[in-house]
Amino acid sequence: MKLRDVAHSRTGDKGNTSNISVIAYRPEDFSRIRELVTAERVRAQLEGLTPIQVTRYELPKLGALNFVITGALGGGVTRSLALDAHGKALSSILLDLDL
Amino acid sequence: MRSVRLGAGAGYSGDRIEPAVDLAVSGELDYLVFECLAERTIALAQGARQADPDAGYDPLLDERIRAVLPVASRNRTRIISNMGAANPLAAARRIGSIAREFGLALKVAAVTGDDVLHVVTSGNWPIEEAGGRISELGDRLLSANAYLGAAPIVEALAAGADVVITGRVADPALFLAPMIHEFGWAFDDWARLGQGTLIGHLLECAGQVTGGYFADPGRKDVSNLARLGFPIAEVRADGEAVITKLPGTGGAVTAATCKEQLLYEIHDPAAYFQPDLTADFSDASVEEIAPDRVRILGGRGRRHNGALKVSVGYLDGWIGEGEISYAGPGAVARGRLAIEIVRERLAITGVNLSEVRADLIGLNSLYPGASQAQPPEVRIRIAGRAQTKAEALRVGNEVETLYTNGPAGGGGASKTARHAIAVVSVLIPRELARPRVEILETTS
Repeated sequence: MKLRDVAHSRTGDKGNTSNISVIAYRPEDFSRIRELVTAERVRAQLEGLTPIQVTRYELPKLGALNFVITGALGGGVTRSLALDAHGKALSSILLDLDL
Repeated sequence: MRSVRLGAGAGYSGDRIEPAVDLAVSGELDYLVFECLAERTIALAQGARQADPDAGYDPLLDERIRAVLPVASRNRTRIISNMGAANPLAAARRIGSIAREFGLALKVAAVTGDDVLHVVTSGNWPIEEAGGRISELGDRLLSANAYLGAAPIVEALAAGADVVITGRVADPALFLAPMIHEFGWAFDDWARLGQGTLIGHLLECAGQVTGGYFADPGRKDVSNLARLGFPIAEVRADGEAVITKLPGTGGAVTAATCKEQLLYEIHDPAAYFQPDLTADFSDASVEEIAPDRVRILGGRGRRHNGALKVSVGYLDGWIGEGEISYAGPGAVARGRLAIEIVRERLAITGVNLSEVRADLIGLNSLYPGASQAQPPEVRIRIAGRAQTKAEALRVGNEVETLYTNGPAGGGGASKTARHAIAVVSVLIPRELARPRVEILETTS
């Protein structure tokens, strides 16, 4: 099963830091998502982005996690040479995580 | 209990215009708010203002204001926007002349004082995140604008402004200000300001809370995105709010669309840095109470930390890019060969680039994972950072020469070179920014 089967996600950017939300479709899946989708697993899933530090915040009332990933964006949207300088597509990469 | 209706008429500078017209016509709004200012926009606009003292505001200001001003005026809907960019006074004068053309008697307020270039250059402040000091940017420095809070907008509304036009203001504060004005919330009522900031944050990207930027066919289906309706917030005096949209418009307002936007561009949800407060969304909740109606509760806050964030724009050299596509069996191998050739050409012809990036679009351009896939076509993209336009142009030229000098079957070459404007942030004590409000009156 993929994370995509039980959660949805949106990416935001501020400077060279990306944040990716992971939101359970159904409240009853949140505890399992919280157990399995650790900061370490997210770091491993996004290992192509170097160097990154991942911090996880929990929002149980929303059934959501928020991952803050520093150093992820090649200097940020105003500096990066990347095609997707915002890193907008990263949420879709994260949702491909195997659960 | 009293309530106020706020609409979001734009989520970025180039956003669609008709949804804002729909809101102005049918939204029964008290306020229509346009958030139009991206990070780099002011730095770009500053250059326009230096060339022409009447320029430097949002290039779409005329089109947006003309589309909504007469109907907004008729419906007594007040307009708030950061379309003033680098020149809110000129923007206010321009709106005044548009009002006169329509025969409207209006008060237009300009909020200035976000320009703190003199403060930033005299203080040599440390740069957040990237490190270093402002002095290291030297004569490449273009602009420095503090994110102002709600106070000067509240002042303008209290003075009776029908239109309030600002430069850099924290996006949620554009929405928080009318709540403070209407309900008389105190500037140290941290709980209400926190809830108002939460509502403003949900609205600031317009269609991103009504089903825009959400659809994923088969999993998250959203109907009629070509006619996406922009959001309305019905806010009560105690801060409780419902996010909704106009009946008959495309999109959807659901718990899920609100949750995605709630966390958009948030780091620690318990510490969302704003000029008026540190907002706390960690206890926020969303509840679907009817189709396309979601109740928002639980935004909180605490005293601000005394600092204002300043967005500093500077010239960051030139970026040159080139692209070309390959198809069919072996497309990836020919794309990789093309990249090798261009890298070698840039080296042997001595193009001075501080950074080069190469991607295979269709394979690894959005995420640099090592994909072994063999897509039916790929597009190579090479981007390089140079100090001069001439050198930046060489990047695209070397990609273009692949037509006759590179691998077989390359097609659709394109090339660009652009002056790069980058943005860094510094923090300054809030008392160093001095917001001002000036009011222009037009007579019909």
